[in-house]
Amino acid sequence: MSTGFKMLGVVLGLTIAAGAATGQDAADKALAGATKARQAQMQLYAFNLGLLGGMAKGDTPYEASAAGAAAGNLASLARLDQSLIWPEGSDEMGVEGSRALPAIWENLPDVIAKNEALITAASAMETAAGTDLAALQGAMGAIGESCGACHKAYRVPSN
Amino acid sequence: MRKFLVIVTVVLLLLAGGAWWLTMPARVTASDYAALIGVPARGATVFHAGGCASCHSAEGAIEDARLILSGGRAFASDFGTFHAPNISQDNDHGIGSWEVTDLANAMINGTSPQGQHYYPAFPYTAYSRATPQDIADLYAYMITLPADATPDLPHDLAFPFTLRRGLGLWKALYLTDAWQITGDLTEAEQRGRYLAEALGHCAECHTPRGPLGALDRNRWMAGAPNPSGRGTIPNITPAKLDWSESDLIAYFTSGFTPDYDTAGGSMAAVVTSLAQLPQTDRAALAAYLKRLPPID
Repeated sequence: MSTGFKMLGVVLGLTIAAGAATGQDAADKALAGATKARQAQMQLYAFNLGLLGGMAKGDTPYEASAAGAAAGNLASLARLDQSLIWPEGSDEMGVEGSRALPAIWENLPDVIAKNEALITAASAMETAAGTDLAALQGAMGAIGESCGACHKAYRVPSN
Repeated sequence: MRKFLVIVTVVLLLLAGGAWWLTMPARVTASDYAALIGVPARGATVFHAGGCASCHSAEGAIEDARLILSGGRAFASDFGTFHAPNISQDNDHGIGSWEVTDLANAMINGTSPQGQHYYPAFPYTAYSRATPQDIADLYAYMITLPADATPDLPHDLAFPFTLRRGLGLWKALYLTDAWQITGDLTEAEQRGRYLAEALGHCAECHTPRGPLGALDRNRWMAGAPNPSGRGTIPNITPAKLDWSESDLIAYFTSGFTPDYDTAGGSMAAVVTSLAQLPQTDRAALAAYLKRLPPID
């Protein structure tokens, strides 16, 4: 009896440990998935900015319809509901490849305000990009400023 | 024997006198500035090109708050931690009582109105190449900026770096008004050199330093360890930086790299300043960078 009881204890213990491990695994996967998703969002920003930036620099000819489409994408990306892709714990310590600083989750109102600044800048670009090249060039700075503001405060430096 | 002692004493006195003379803080000639009329709008360009706000505004200051030059930011170095002073227009805690020659002495000679040496954390090693007219313009602009009564924080340095007089020797060794990049330069490249080597002081971070903290001019802009301890400051000679001139201009304007990532670390603040310059000045800087000798 007492041996059986002990065995039960061991089995229960193992089950709990395994359960915890599985739970931990699932949580890790969720954090990694969220990190990947927001990195993909950043890639989409970069792609559309590349189109606008190439025209702004004069490396590619200005074309109103393509510029307008890219600017529209930027604004849609900035307005995405991001509440699911920034789970707490998906910072540089928690997820391999993440450069998010834990300070993000300590300053959420500021992070949201910085995203609002991007939405404002991207909306201005939506109007500017289809207008003409000078307007597009003038709208690039505010977008860079808003991207940089968040990166500077909340991202691990790259080198 | 007595004669010998007299000779030794005289020699020692001469040496001490020589050292005293050698370490004496230098001053500009006031008459060079007397006739200059400063124009605030041009001074704003000097201010942004010089990156004054990046160090002298309060930590974390953005937008208009960058024009409140209350000081206080900390700069780690091998010699200790420097704290940027208040250079706002406050009469007691800032530089509100300064004349244009006080600003010129600070920037050209690293000498305070009280006749003390400044530490070269303040990059007079670059500003010493600034023209008197630019300093007069800068002065005219700075007196339009707000006053702030934040007291200065003392530097936190190890002995013997606490002895400011010794900086006279350092200056005698390392303070030069010669240009680093010489030769047949276009007008844009010359303007870029002035912006980079006189006002912008790019080399202060992008060039490595020797044991006494002087720039290693053989590795001009070839990258350096980050004094803040994290990572390195990149090599921006054409050997490592393969961005086109239009890439560089775009970076100085919006902060976007050719991959549409953004400027990081201290460079983000530099870009904020560069974005205020005329487009021709950003193009001149890009032209200068393209002229740098490639160093691996």
